[in-house]
Amino acid sequence: MSNEKKYPLKKVCIICAKGTIEDVYAALVMTNGAVMEGIEAKLFFTFFGLDAITKKQMMKLKTSTVGNPAMRMPGGLPFPTLLGALPGVEAGVSAMMKNTMEKLDIPRVDEFMEMITAGGGEIFACKLACEMFGLEKKDLYDDVVDIITIGQFYEMADGEGTQIIFT
Amino acid sequence: MVEKTFAGTIVNLNDEGYFEDMNQWNKEIAAEIAKEEGIELTDKHFQVLEFLRAKVEKGETLTIRSVGKSGIVDIKEFYQLFPGGPLKKSTKIAGIKKPTSCV
Repeated sequence: MSNEKKYPLKKVCIICAKGTIEDVYAALVMTNGAVMEGIEAKLFFTFFGLDAITKKQMMKLKTSTVGNPAMRMPGGLPFPTLLGALPGVEAGVSAMMKNTMEKLDIPRVDEFMEMITAGGGEIFACKLACEMFGLEKKDLYDDVVDIITIGQFYEMADGEGTQIIFT
Repeated sequence: MVEKTFAGTIVNLNDEGYFEDMNQWNKEIAAEIAKEEGIELTDKHFQVLEFLRAKVEKGETLTIRSVGKSGIVDIKEFYQLFPGGPLKKSTKIAGIKKPTSCV
């Protein structure tokens, strides 16, 4: 047994600035994972990440099939960028990803957010980005607590054992 | 591995306090572990514990989502029953291994 003193995490403040399936889910998994462990969690969506909490867009997230070197065909062969640019390919790949996730018991975006808020986690939208994209509170998912400034977000990170994570 | 006595029975626990053998568990033991965690067990708690144990016996992975769909509690109630890490606490009290799922 080590006698080294440990400083467990007490609060995480997570920022999601991108709107692809993988970016949004990374943020959701980390936030929900924190809540599950009894760690206080705040999730802040900004810029294209706002798609994840915009009622019209949140269930239609996609993964990018161009400019993604880690993207491969089923079976492991390279996925040519030009193929990814063809109409319908992005939608098909995104549907496949969602299918695989469903099999692993990974919830849909809306259900994931319900799980987070049910456990006491809180979700926020960035004021500046909402102004840029012309979004108001009514356009956002009901579980979003508020539209706040980055300064207000930093104020939430005031406790001991708090970390800010930018995905 | 540690040996600990709950309700007059010796049980084997791992370093984190989880049961090595789920068959050593009974309701009296559960009540004592729960007390250590600051939880007074009700019928609802026991229904959840039995649900978790049944899942493990079937070899299924435990997730918060599956508890939410159990028909016993929704996710919010699950958090209320076992505050501060429901899956971690409930599995410890249910006498089963610590779950390894991320969701």
